[in-house]
Amino acid sequence: MNLKIRTYNQVAEAESNLPDQVAEAARRVAVRLHTVQMTLAVMSGKGGVGKSMVSALLAASFARRGMKTGLLDADLNGPSTAHLLGVDGDGLAVGPEGIEPARSSGDVRIMSMSLILDQDAALSWREPRDSGYIWRGAQERRALREFLADTAWGRLDIMVIDLPPGGPRLADLHAMVPDLTGVVVVTAPGRSARDAVARSLDLARARSAPVAGLIENMSGVVCSECGEITRVHEGGEADALAARFGVPVLGALPLDSGLAAAADGGRVEDWTDRKGAAGSVRDLVRQLALRTEEELQRLRLEHPRGGSGG
Amino acid sequence: MKFLCVPCDRQMTFEERQTPGDGTLAAVFRCPKCERMTAMLANPMETQLVSSLGVKVGGRTVPQAEFEGIRGGVTAGRDDAFEDREPATPPAGPVRWSPEAVERLGLVPSFVRGMVKKIYNDYARERGIARMTPAVMDQARSDLGLEGM
Repeated sequence: MNLKIRTYNQVAEAESNLPDQVAEAARRVAVRLHTVQMTLAVMSGKGGVGKSMVSALLAASFARRGMKTGLLDADLNGPSTAHLLGVDGDGLAVGPEGIEPARSSGDVRIMSMSLILDQDAALSWREPRDSGYIWRGAQERRALREFLADTAWGRLDIMVIDLPPGGPRLADLHAMVPDLTGVVVVTAPGRSARDAVARSLDLARARSAPVAGLIENMSGVVCSECGEITRVHEGGEADALAARFGVPVLGALPLDSGLAAAADGGRVEDWTDRKGAAGSVRDLVRQLALRTEEELQRLRLEHPRGGSGG
Repeated sequence: MKFLCVPCDRQMTFEERQTPGDGTLAAVFRCPKCERMTAMLANPMETQLVSSLGVKVGGRTVPQAEFEGIRGGVTAGRDDAFEDREPATPPAGPVRWSPEAVERLGLVPSFVRGMVKKIYNDYARERGIARMTPAVMDQARSDLGLEGM
């Protein structure tokens, strides 16, 4: 039998137009983010290094300095940033411009899966039995895209995006936000964190995502009596990583019992607002936010919007 | 994916979509020349995969709702997660809901109920339907592809 079969594009007429529908989804993200001046992704190759705390501290510090700030919690399975800023959600308003983000007392606009899920409920999707693992990633990518595109962020000077541990979500985000201004990678002292963070930096480089720098969290412990900072590890890993990948170290934050208590109570903004002596952890946080913003501004000039983004 | 009627060498046109159960999606196509019809049955996994892309087989007939994938897909959403508000001035006359339709809407989880109600109301207004009944809801589900709503 010699059937005459033409190609898809020869016969296709506008109908489902699935490629156009996918393109439209991408366009919705671009349109929404058009009024966002800078986008900052916070990532780490390893869980437990305090990435979400760093995201919350940066967002609170940016807002405190008068920047219109958004915080997107892209850690869909372990959302925590809303709680850190004292926002537990009272019902997200569905307005004419989209879903209104929750607002912290310091006016950080927040969108997080924790505002949507039942308390203590794990994120799970309606799916045919025993096969959810196949498309869980696709569902989560769609959710992230909806967080970006459907939230009524308004005009923002900066959007901080808290990524889950590991690298794959950066690739998803960068595909959705090719004009990503910068990525900061959070690390902690010790060999295991260093190796995982090196992989994150390698991934960011492979994707041509602009890396603003490294932040070393848990760099030491602050004495609750005298305020002296004691290093637990020998240290130096962050500097070595930075040199290896040609990125700056933006700052280091030690463990502080006062900040830990504030985080537990959802009072990170209150903690950030109080005055801190030079050299104190509060002062270090402020310097970190300043340094991060400087680096983002530099990257923004280096990679203007509409360019390669990386 | 396109269906070609080989004898006529014509692309078959999308006719209707049905969700007969268990997550199966049936898309019916018709040859515009010889009228031959064929149905494509997507298994539940394929249906879900397409859904996760945020696209609709047969094309979108209503604009995408905000957080459509999240609200339609998350299983453990808070009842009070969203405050849906109907516009103060509807674009056309108000749609009256029959008690049966209200009862059926009540079966929709409150997490997603506001969004679903708005979709049904918009559907009715666009077609000049003044009264929402279960039959109209069934038709809307079929026409709009409201699988899982």
